[in-house]
This record gives sequence, structure tokens and C-alpha cells, in this order.
Amino acid sequence: MAAQYPSQLSHSRRDFIKSVGCLTIAFVLGSGADVLAGESVVADELPESLAKNPRINAWLEVLANGRVRVLTGKTEIGQGIRTAVAQIAAEELNMSMERVEVVLAETGRTPDERYTSGSASIETSGMSIRYAAAAARQQLLGLAARQLRVKASQLRLADGMIRTTDGKRQLSFTQLLKGKQLQGEVKLPVQLKAKSEYQHVGKPVRRDDIERMVRAEPVYVQDLRFPGMVHARVLRPTSYWGKLAKLDTAEMQRQIPGLLKTVVDGSFVGFIAEKECQAKGAQDYGIQHAQWTNGPALPTKQALPELLTTLPAITKRAVNKGDMSSFDATTAGSAPTDASLSARYFKPYLMHASVGPSCAVALFDQEDSLHIWTHSQGVYPLRNTLAALLKMPPERIHVKAVPGSGCYGHNGADDVAADAALLARAYPGRHVRLQWSRDDEHAWEPYGSAMLMQLDARLDSEGSITHWQNNIWSDTHSTRPGGKPESLLAARLLAQPALPTPATEVSSAIYRNGEPLYAIPNQRLDTHYVQGPLRVSALRGLGAFGNVFALESFMDELALQAKQDPWEFRLRHLTDKRAKAVIQRTREMIKNEKLAPGEGFGLGFAQYKNQAAYCAVVAKVHVAEEMGTIRALHLWAAIDAGETINPDGLKNQTEGGMIQASSWTLKEEVLFNEQHITSRQWETYPIFRFDEVPAVTVSIIDRPTEKPLGAGEAAQGPTAAALANAVFQACGKRIRSLPIRPEKLVQIKES
Amino acid sequence: MEAEFTLHVNGQARTVRVDPATPLLYVLRDDLGLNGPKFGCGLQQCGSCMVLLDTIAWPSCQLPVANVQNAAITTLEGLTRPDGSLHPVQQAFVDEQAAQCGYCLNGMVMSAVALLTVHPKPDDQTIRNALFRVLCRCGVHSRALAAIKKAADSMKS
Ligand code: FES
Ligand code: FES
Repeated sequence: MAAQYPSQLSHSRRDFIKSVGCLTIAFVLGSGADVLAGESVVADELPESLAKNPRINAWLEVLANGRVRVLTGKTEIGQGIRTAVAQIAAEELNMSMERVEVVLAETGRTPDERYTSGSASIETSGMSIRYAAAAARQQLLGLAARQLRVKASQLRLADGMIRTTDGKRQLSFTQLLKGKQLQGEVKLPVQLKAKSEYQHVGKPVRRDDIERMVRAEPVYVQDLRFPGMVHARVLRPTSYWGKLAKLDTAEMQRQIPGLLKTVVDGSFVGFIAEKECQAKGAQDYGIQHAQWTNGPALPTKQALPELLTTLPAITKRAVNKGDMSSFDATTAGSAPTDASLSARYFKPYLMHASVGPSCAVALFDQEDSLHIWTHSQGVYPLRNTLAALLKMPPERIHVKAVPGSGCYGHNGADDVAADAALLARAYPGRHVRLQWSRDDEHAWEPYGSAMLMQLDARLDSEGSITHWQNNIWSDTHSTRPGGKPESLLAARLLAQPALPTPATEVSSAIYRNGEPLYAIPNQRLDTHYVQGPLRVSALRGLGAFGNVFALESFMDELALQAKQDPWEFRLRHLTDKRAKAVIQRTREMIKNEKLAPGEGFGLGFAQYKNQAAYCAVVAKVHVAEEMGTIRALHLWAAIDAGETINPDGLKNQTEGGMIQASSWTLKEEVLFNEQHITSRQWETYPIFRFDEVPAVTVSIIDRPTEKPLGAGEAAQGPTAAALANAVFQACGKRIRSLPIRPEKLVQIKES
Repeated sequence: MEAEFTLHVNGQARTVRVDPATPLLYVLRDDLGLNGPKFGCGLQQCGSCMVLLDTIAWPSCQLPVANVQNAAITTLEGLTRPDGSLHPVQQAFVDEQAAQCGYCLNGMVMSAVALLTVHPKPDDQTIRNALFRVLCRCGVHSRALAAIKKAADSMKS
């Protein structure tokens, strides 16, 4: 947990103190040793990543040239983490950002922070670096005080130098440390710089990697080139559970110029060639000539929403509040009365659909060590998973994160790295670069789970919700490998296949945001975990996307029933001030907007995970039933992510989140037939193109004295509901099944 | 069946020995070591691999190298001026911070450069049409639109 101003303890902190009763907070009176003009802050609890890895030099190194190197266990996935952690470190050390360099996740080099996921990079890594930098500052001042024989309070630290307050004497970090690194651990209490003194944090600092991108510098794993590097492609079964029957590798060797090796292990097939185009040639040849047997068929007899409710399920009651007995007695089986409402919502399988298909480089070197360059979100878990897959000690595997095309969760990144590792092991001594094809990515990535949400509620005579029941049917939302090789795609294809054993417990990711933040006295949430037919894993927002779509659509339906304005209806059911503030802000944002015929506004709100950023979204849509079009015209978001580290980064994430979620909501659905996935490229899995993208406006409610809250996924669910609600306002038709496509309008009667 | 081809890339004559059917994208990345054009689909559907052929933006992923010997080929690298300063469109993307992962930037920038040579002052709809082929999954479209308008303004002045 981040530090708070002593005088302005946050709501949650006060609650915390109340609940534990005896927590001691070490206040430092006055401004302490490093003479920061503002009120400095004392941290009383280490961030999680730091508690696991408290050595200062695990997070921060002082270089001989006076620069500082920051080490984060997180990776850059387009969220701008590199810039954000540099801002944080530069801030605590009073230095310019040019003097800070950042090392991203790499095994053996950076701290193990598991996955870059859950919008938690700032909350965990960023805060660890803040504390480590603050501890470094304390230590540097202490060292200087001893060396210069003055009191620490007579010293100032800025831009890699420590000077006496009279300006007469100074020492550089380099002179102080004499080639050594900072020693010791970050210990409580840590004195943090006063927020009123901030120079970098809270400012829209530019990301420096964007210039490198426009200059076409080698930024991505796809751009890595090593001497002697060879190129690879894989060949996949023609059906989802197909097995290789025949591939004439000798004939291929004769036919394909530049082909160095064909690797076949069961139904895992890869080609290694001198040049990339030759590897692609081998893949094309394989697609035409390899013979496969079909595995078990995919279920197509039932519509997916129906299928989800008929599969065997493990059920968990995740919420049980108040007293639902009167609700059960009157509602079950009976027709909805005036005061009660039921609705069923559906979210299909969705694809991460990265623009650049997954890619990895692997080298099996002379010392039998494996090196992997990957855009995986977790280098340490990938290392452990590969160790188990390849039956080699983890110490012999080195994994380095390199940015790739945006992933939005667990896409093919880990799978392609495992494929590359298998190929490199079969072809040691040279770097093997494996590029998945578009078809490989679309047809085989682990999708975001399909979900069905059944909501039932009752209103009292005042139009307040008294009872609320939510039933969610869904597959799991994360199968990140985390050391388990059977979750890798290659594992199910190998001659000795390993299949994932389905979880026996219901993951909370399924019912993420399934419980509304609204004050409803009697509530029940039942989660029915089923195993769906397709490979699934974490997609931005996990269960929250479907759940918020459902419950915020339902809130509008209830508001209508209660004859109340959707904004007012939500506000009167909320007690959390910050939640109310984002909703109210959106109303201000659109107050001068007018609606033309066929247009409508809709609102959606959630606090992501009910504990991260607060976000309200308003959509303006245009529906032309006769033309068969639904267009998102403009989306407005108000977001409160606590202390904002980089407002432009937060805006960028929120704008992008709204645009991406609009595409999910209005267009996307992974389709399959008995054999296989049929959404295999951009024409069969269309996403937003430039002509469809709405205008987006983001307003930040900055709360510098609160802890920073994960924000990268906050807009997804609210956007979906805002669009559904806006379509309803525009044409009076309620679409409860995603995607909200115009052809569905004809099937629905106006309500 | 490899043969020699001389291509005009970023103002230089470059000779490569490849199969005539090799798509230009692979020659640019693999034989010439360029990073600007990216592989996204190989199907002319996403615009990641966009290059300029003379002044027209065109995906390079299905374009046989044998067909482009007479064209002046420009990649993202070739937009940067010899003194290292950025083309106004590149600069505008930096100024507007119009990227998240940035994988689509090549397609956006190259398409925008081609657009501005025919439409020095495009409106919103014209820009959207010109960038129709370019897919961005991170959703930086609104920033890209702002960047292209800004570049148009700066190029006029
Ligand atoms: S890679 Fe050429 S258009 Fe997609
Ligand atoms: S910025 Fe990631 S695809 Fe456009």
C-alpha cells in the first residue's frame, strides 16, 4: 500500500486503521534529513513486490557515469511502464529523467514480479521502485554525511550530486559509492518525497520509445537480429483436435530451398530455414501436403449461450448478503411482477487479436543453456514452465522480455516462446526466430471466455433495489502457464501430450465485478464454472467485461422500470463518493451535447475489480435500422485512478480501452464449426477500422493523496454497457447478446 | 530460381538475390535489414507492412519483388531526413504521443505521408478513408487523427 499524507489519511486507510485497531504509523516530524521543502511522507508498509525482494540494489543501481538504472520485473506492453517507473525513480532521487534508464523483466537480472497483468504494474512495481529509490536517497545522504563530516540535514541531493546547503562542498554518487552498489534492504520507515514537491510524477511526461518507433529502430522482438539467426514457422492441425497422419519430410527437404530442418514431435511440426520467406514456403508446402486426422468435433448443435448452461458446472456462491428468502418465495418460477425484473445477457468468445502475430527468438547454446527473447507477460513463470516442458533445470534457462505487438492479456506469446524453444533445442547453436502466421494467431490463441449472465432483481415502491441475484456461467479466465507446461499449446501436440487438468475451484476472475458496487441490502451471486469447448485465458478485464456489460445494462433496465433517470438511479444506489464523482463528471462532460434523431446516450460505470480505478463511460450512438447500421459516435470517460503518475499515459490507456471495447461490443465474436475456428483472419474476425472508430474524450479525476490504482482495464466493461444503453435510448431496443450488431435489431420488439 | 534484382529503396540502389516471387516485405526486412515495414497478416488486410511506391502507400506483404524494380520504394526509415530530423508526420506522432504498442505506427505514418501529398489539408473523413486499411488494436486512432491534422498544418506553414 502506498504512503498517505499523515494529515489526509484516505478513506480506505482510515477503515484499515479502524479495523486493525492498533496499527502504528511512524510519523516523521519536520522535513527530516534530506531537507525537502514540503511535508514528506513516511511509508508504513512495503509494497508486495518489494517485501518479497527488499534489497535496494535489486531495484536500483547507481552507474559509474552518475546515471541510475531502474530494474522492473514488469514488461512494456504499450502501457508506458518504462516511462512511469523512470518518472517515479527520478522523482525520489531528484534527478532529470534523462539520467534514468530502465531494465525490463529478465530472469536473473530483474526482480521476479510474475506477470505484467491485472493493471497492477504501478501499484506493485512502481511503488516498489518508489520505496527503493527513497531508501537509496536516505542511504546516499547518510554516506555523504559521514564522508563530509556534516549532519545529513545540512545536505541536499539533486541530479546525481550531494551538496552541502552552503554550496561549498559536493560529492557525486560515483565518488560516494566508489564503484560499489548500494547495500542493504529497504527498511521501514521509508521517508518519501513530499508530493507537493513533485517535478515528474503527475506530469504528462512523454514516452521516449515512441520516437524510437517512428524512427523504425529495432524496438520489437520481431526486429531482433542475431548473427547466424535462422527463421522458423510452425504447421498446425487442420482441425482443433486434429493429429498428424502424414508429412513427407524427405520430399520437403528436396522441394523447399533453404530448408534446414523439419522438426516433428507427434503433431507438433516446425520448419527451420535460412531465410524467413523460405520458412514460410515450407509452411505453405506443409499446409498443402500434410495429412491430418480429425479429432473430436467441436459442439455446434446448440447455440453457445444454451450450451454454457447445459455443460456440467462447478458452482460457487460468491456473495450471499442479507436475506433472500422472500425473494426466493415470490420470484422463483413466477412471472415478473411490476416490481421485479429478470434478464439474461451473453458475451461470446473474444480474441486478443494482436496486430502483430506472436513471435519469439530462442537459442540453445553450446553450454546446453536456453535463451529466450519473448513478449510474454511473465519471464519467470515462463522460465519455470519451459523448464518443466523441456525437463531442464530452470537455472539453465534465461528469459528476456522484449516488447511485441500489444497483447491485452495472455495471447500467443507464451505459446510461441515454447514452440521456439522446442525448435531451438532441435537445432542448437543458432538463434531461431519463430514468427507465427496470422492464421496461427487467430485460430490458436487462448480466447477470452464466453459468458452468460442471468440477473434478477426486485425494486421497492420507492424504486430502490432491495434484492439482487446474479448467476454467471463461464469458463475460467486465466490459464497462464505459471510453471504448468500443459497449458502451452505445444504440449497438447507433442508425441507425449500433456493436457491441462481443469481447475476444480472456481476462479474469482469469473465473477470479477459480478457484485455491483451499489448498496443493495439482499444479494446473491452464484458462479457456475464450466469447461467450454475452446482454449481460453486472460483477456483485458477478464470476467469484468461480461459482468459489467450485464449488470450495467440491467441497471438501466431497472431505472426504466423505476421510471428514473439512469444517472440519478445509479447515484442514489451508491455510497462511495469517488464512484459518484466519476458518474457526475460524465454528466458534466456531455452537458452541451445534443441528440439528433436516431441518436442516444448511454451510461456505464464500474470500479474495476471493485478495488482498482473508478470509471464511468458515456456513449453516443446513431442507430439507423432501415440502413442496418449502428455507429458509435463519441465516448466520454471520467476516470479516477487515485494518484496519477502520468496523466497522458492514463488518458491514452483509457481512450484505447474505450475504442477496443467498442470494437468488442459492436463487432466481435469468435466463431467455429465442428472442425475448427472459422474466425481466421481480419475478414472473418473483423475489428474496428478507422471509419468506425468513435471520437473519445477522457477526463481524469486526480487524487494525488490517494494510492495509485490500476487503470488499464477500467474502461472495458463500462464501455460495453454504455453502448448497449445508448442503442436502447436511440431506438428503444434492448440487445442483451454481444456483439450488438444491427441484424439483431430486427429480431427484437421495441419495449 | 533465385535471380538478382536491383531495387530503389530510400534513395539507394540495392541489389538482392532472391526468388522473384518473394514478397517485397521479406526482402526489406530479411535481406535489407529494415525494421519499418512489419509483418501483420501477409494478406493485405492490416497495413502493418505499408511502404511507399513512388508516392502511393501500398502493403508490401504480397507484392512480388520482381514487380517493383521500377518504383522508388520508401520505408519508414526513409522518411527521416539525412540530418536525423524527423518528417513532419513522424514528428506529429511523437508530439501527440500517438502510440501504445506502436506496432501499427508504420502503416499509419506511411499512409498519412501518402495522403498528405495528394490532400495537403485533409478533413477527418478523408483521413479515416486514407487509413482504412491500417488496423490498430490498441485504439490510438483518435491520437493518430490529431497527429495527421497537426502534420498537415505544420507542412503548410
Ligand atoms: S502484413 Fe501486409 S497488410 Fe497485413
Ligand atoms: S498502437 Fe498498438 S496496434 Fe496501434
